[in-house]
Amino acid sequence: MTCTCGQNQALYAQLDEVINAHKDQPGSLISVLHKAQGIFGYLPEEVQAYVAEKMDIPLSEIYGVVTFYALFSMNKKGKYTFNVCLGTACYVKGSGKLMEKLQEELGIGVGETTEDGLFTIEGCRCVGACGLAPVMTINDKVHGHLTVDDIPKLVNEYRELAKAEEN
Amino acid sequence: MEMVNVIIDGVQVQVEKGTTVLQAAQKAGINIPTLCYLKDVNAIGACRVCLVEIKGAKALQPSCVYPVSEGLEVLTNTAKVREARKAVVELLLSNHPADCLNCVRSGSCELQNLAQQMGIRENRFLGEQSVFPIDDRSVAIVRDPNKCVYCRRCEAVCSKVQGVNILGGIGRGFESTVGPAFGHNLDDINCSLCGQCVNVCPTGALAEKDDTQKVWAALADPDKHVIVQFSPAVRITISEEFGLPMGTISTGKMVAALRRLGFDKVFDTNWSADLTIMEEGNELLDRLQNGGVLPMITSCSPGWVKYCESHFPDQLDHLSTAKSPQGMFGAMVKTYYPETEGIDASKIYSVSVMPCTAKKFEAARPELADSGYRDVDVVVTVREIARMIKQAGIDFANLPDEECDAPMGVGTGAGTIFGATGGVMEAALRTVYEVVTGETLPKIDFEAVRGLDGLKEATVDLNGTKVKVAVVHTLARAKEMMKKVRAGEADYQFIEVMACPGGCVGGGGTPIVNALTRTMLPDDYRAIRGIGLYNDDKNLPLRKSHENPFIVKAYENFLGKPLGHKSHELLHTHYTPRKLYNLDLND
Amino acid sequence: MNRVENFEALKALQVQESEKLNVREGLAPTQANLARHHVLICAGTGCTSSLSGEVKKELEAKLVEMNLDGEIDVVQTGCFGFCNLGPIMVVYPEGTFYTKVKPEDVAEIAESHLKGGQVVERLLYTIPGTETKAQDMSHIPFFQKQQRIALRNCGKIDPERIEEAIAHNAYQGLGKALTEMQPKDVIQTLLDSGLRGRGGAGFPTGKKWMFAAGYDADEKYVVCNADEGDPGAFMDRSVLEGDPHSVIEAMALGGYAINAHQGYVYIRAEYPIAVHRLQIAIDQAREAGLLGKNILGTGFDFDIDIRLGAGAFVCGEETALLTSVEGRRGEPRPRPPFPAEKGLWDKPSFVNNVETLANIPAIMTKGADWYTSIGTEDSRGTKVFAMAGKVNNIGLVEVPMGTTLRELIYDIGGGIPGGKAFKAAQTGGPSGGCLPASALDTPIDFGSLIKAGSMMGSGGLIVMDETDCMVDIAKFFLEFTQDESCGKCPPCRIGTKRMLEILTKITEGEGTEADIEHLETLAQTISASALCALGQTAPNPVLATLKFFKDEYEAHIKEKKCPAGVCKNLLQYTIDPEKCKGCTLCARNCPADAITGTVKQPHTIDPAKCIKCGTCIEKCKFGAISRQ
Repeated sequence: MTCTCGQNQALYAQLDEVINAHKDQPGSLISVLHKAQGIFGYLPEEVQAYVAEKMDIPLSEIYGVVTFYALFSMNKKGKYTFNVCLGTACYVKGSGKLMEKLQEELGIGVGETTEDGLFTIEGCRCVGACGLAPVMTINDKVHGHLTVDDIPKLVNEYRELAKAEEN
Repeated sequence: MEMVNVIIDGVQVQVEKGTTVLQAAQKAGINIPTLCYLKDVNAIGACRVCLVEIKGAKALQPSCVYPVSEGLEVLTNTAKVREARKAVVELLLSNHPADCLNCVRSGSCELQNLAQQMGIRENRFLGEQSVFPIDDRSVAIVRDPNKCVYCRRCEAVCSKVQGVNILGGIGRGFESTVGPAFGHNLDDINCSLCGQCVNVCPTGALAEKDDTQKVWAALADPDKHVIVQFSPAVRITISEEFGLPMGTISTGKMVAALRRLGFDKVFDTNWSADLTIMEEGNELLDRLQNGGVLPMITSCSPGWVKYCESHFPDQLDHLSTAKSPQGMFGAMVKTYYPETEGIDASKIYSVSVMPCTAKKFEAARPELADSGYRDVDVVVTVREIARMIKQAGIDFANLPDEECDAPMGVGTGAGTIFGATGGVMEAALRTVYEVVTGETLPKIDFEAVRGLDGLKEATVDLNGTKVKVAVVHTLARAKEMMKKVRAGEADYQFIEVMACPGGCVGGGGTPIVNALTRTMLPDDYRAIRGIGLYNDDKNLPLRKSHENPFIVKAYENFLGKPLGHKSHELLHTHYTPRKLYNLDLND
Repeated sequence: MNRVENFEALKALQVQESEKLNVREGLAPTQANLARHHVLICAGTGCTSSLSGEVKKELEAKLVEMNLDGEIDVVQTGCFGFCNLGPIMVVYPEGTFYTKVKPEDVAEIAESHLKGGQVVERLLYTIPGTETKAQDMSHIPFFQKQQRIALRNCGKIDPERIEEAIAHNAYQGLGKALTEMQPKDVIQTLLDSGLRGRGGAGFPTGKKWMFAAGYDADEKYVVCNADEGDPGAFMDRSVLEGDPHSVIEAMALGGYAINAHQGYVYIRAEYPIAVHRLQIAIDQAREAGLLGKNILGTGFDFDIDIRLGAGAFVCGEETALLTSVEGRRGEPRPRPPFPAEKGLWDKPSFVNNVETLANIPAIMTKGADWYTSIGTEDSRGTKVFAMAGKVNNIGLVEVPMGTTLRELIYDIGGGIPGGKAFKAAQTGGPSGGCLPASALDTPIDFGSLIKAGSMMGSGGLIVMDETDCMVDIAKFFLEFTQDESCGKCPPCRIGTKRMLEILTKITEGEGTEADIEHLETLAQTISASALCALGQTAPNPVLATLKFFKDEYEAHIKEKKCPAGVCKNLLQYTIDPEKCKGCTLCARNCPADAITGTVKQPHTIDPAKCIKCGTCIEKCKFGAISRQ
């Protein structure tokens, strides 16, 4: 692991605030984990152990919760998460094919991240935008009425966006 | 208590309100099959093996959690029920390795029993099986999650009974399993290795690390002088492995069996239990007289010690520095014994038979090498030694009674009761009282510290000094006690802690008592085993450690006096503060 | 907003606020101090996804530029329901209903309509089968058969302004209950209304409250299930986004009825807008003294906290939900004991879903008799459906119970697009079933749907046409339940896995006739033995498709064919030499180099190399390639 002391300390200070705010609320573990994931981007072992110790909740329980819920991740995600809706409405409108194309285009499977750290593919349950089916969210943005041909375009668009942001 | 009438398969029974259908059925003479249910430990209605039809309910209902009510009608043996139970077991088997022939639990496996009971001869639902790595890194416990049926009994005992919370549900759906967070090695984390999880596992998913091959190899090595010690609880629990009634004392048969296995000398941990009392008792007096850290807490339970090291690392000063009986024995058998008998210590191979999985970890502690060698070379549990005796074809139940070898083979009743919760306390009080007062105890039995109550207390008057003592067993209760100790609210001078429920007779290395047997026994099985030990104590000629002539001799000829220089070197130890979690945030 | 001291003050406030809204909607003459035009823009998730936020910003900027911002108010609202026409904009007082409004349309609307008084015709909805443009909602067939109770305020008010909710009678039911009714009267009204839970099983809501009220305890809890997990259902989200106060009010009523003082809303983290609006609403209600201590000066205390889900479908099951609210793994537990006896933290509780709760304030103000006059004997009131899939009008519709599937799909939904044939309507999500064309005249209520072989579920309604393979759909649902199984009980954990394995085999052309029997055995076992309702109903999509579409299963198994042309392994791609012009487009685009042929000669596909991706069909300009 590379040394990220200073940065890490700032993140843990944020986490402390979250924990202190929730500590006395019964059953607030899931809320704390949501916020911890927001701070760190994911929930690695150190973060889970930290929460365990500070909240006096057994680590096994935290690990059990993290591995139970689909929204918690123990892997660092890419800069852009392509989340294909696999709800019924999107599925009958071809979201399965979008998913296939996306995997082909990026050369990774569901739940994986490209080597350059740019893209992660995920599948999700209904986002409730069935009127726009099939849809895919990229980070917080919803893209609707997609066709297979839109996939390479979107990938390129975000690749360019990343490049532009770097410069 | 309010009673209600229920009709089970047409039979009317009267049971207390709040009883489950499962319990009520037992009263009606019906043992409904179960899997995830374990009396006093787990009742979650998850495995669906105990399903029954309840009149008025649409779906089948789990009898282990369904409460009875007045007029409830239950059918436990309809075609629908039988088919559902059978299908559920087939589904479980479809995701279970079919390697019964190689499995340590073959013959005592509750899943295997169910398959037989349901008459499953072929499986309609074969398919993909989940694949997990087998974890055999721990010195004490092997986990094979492939054999896990997700009954959560281990999780329940670990969290509810022991309060350690090492094992928990992981993942979900088809890939669900139970294990420690991040799949860590149990030795490295805050697991006590108490082995209660092994005792409650219905299958071979959790088992003791099998060290029998090491023992066989040593026995076959002509250059080795192989000695064995067996602990107090072994003499009572071994009986069950050979069909003798629970609670039967088999000391003599055990000695005979060990001798027939080929051990050069058969010794008794009761001897070193007496030695422990001499050291620990004097340590208590020393702390009382010289302002030492109080309350002093016993340290013979290795599960408890490891637990305390990782959960209360700031409280380790309370632990008695006296080694456990196994530890003292190990140090003495490679120093005192060769010196008296003129044997080359380097040739000695020291085996110990324990009711305990954590003893394997204790023996492997780097600090337990005060003899200049590994004090204890290998630890086998009661289950392992029973397998060896069976392999050797020894007809244990019909063996003659034999006696242990000198000079470390004679122990007192005080040593014997070490195997039951409260026993160490009682043994210590017998000695401390007489050492301090110089008087003979008017009543040798300290009833107040016996039995399975969660917290037992007593006060002893030592020449006008009132000593308040407490006894707790299970780590969950130990945790409560330690919180008080940490807060300075534990108004005691001496506390006995045993990691396992009931003490060593309930140890993680004792014969497994399956779920059905637990419901059929007239009492808690640990109570029955414990009573057996107290009976043994009552019948022994010597019942106080300081009266053991072989202990007296050991001090005279070798050790000097309790807490003396040599004692300190060989019989006392130190503890290692451990982290609860590895939080290396500044790395 | 100032604290509303008592019920009388609330009533007065309602009168005052509703006057403003009447002016807005053209129901009362304009007033000098109010804007002359109100532009309502949908800010639900659907329209937000199609950039309604940008439209609103653009409009606000344009109005400033045109110096009209003092005369024209822009209001964000909840969902209108007609999601595939989004973003939706309604201009009051005329009620002009604009559809698919893009940011670039804003200038024209502002110049032409808002300044010039000329409606922008091209953005109006064209009534299907006619050239007629609908000037307002009342002329659009999609809205005509609807009756909105749960969605009564969605699309009408700004959900982030409590005053607008109050104008529409929010908290009047609570005020009435706290001042004029005993808790038992509240429960009786609910019992009399016949309201049944909208979350799936249809349990009478009044009974749930009555049971929870019957247990004594130091603490009790009211829990709102907003973990809308059925894929394709989004009515709960729309209520929370469009009218959060209706849920808050109902929870407070529940608290009064059972003597609870704390409520929790368990909501999916996937619904950020709903979470945001709900939090604003809770804060505003607290500030107004409609939540918290001493509500409306009556001495009654009730407060609400939000708990986020974290992506587990099973948490829609009430016992799993409660476990999750407690911050643990969302595993269900056996009932009894029911939550009414041992619910949240083992205290008496009840769990109601959002849509159920949204009905309650209306019942309290208008009375049980009014409510029972709507719907059927079996199922009172209305039901919201999220209609999606192969249907022209996609969105949220609320209709009286007893409306038929045909009315829903054809009259409101506008039928199947592309002239394709209707095949099935899927209701009840992963717990429900698919109903065939022969069931189109089934009246929709709890009992009739079950009798027909499906279930109401939470109200997802996915329409499928002839190009959907029912075996594939069954597999899709099993993949879902298998993926979402909590794993606690073996029938669901292992049984659904085995069912999925068999379905996969069938769709890959490896199925045998015995497989159907195995599927049925497994389905029966799981239904009879699984721990929770989700497990027990997991086989339903398979049972229903086997019941109505067995011929499709048989075609896959016996003829190794997928009649709908979906299951890849069973498809053969061929080029009709008569139609092929030899343009080589297909060969150049084939990713597997499976197509050969020379220029201007008919091409051929090598089935051994073909990966059945369908690219060639999409590329062929002559319709020469077929898939069978």
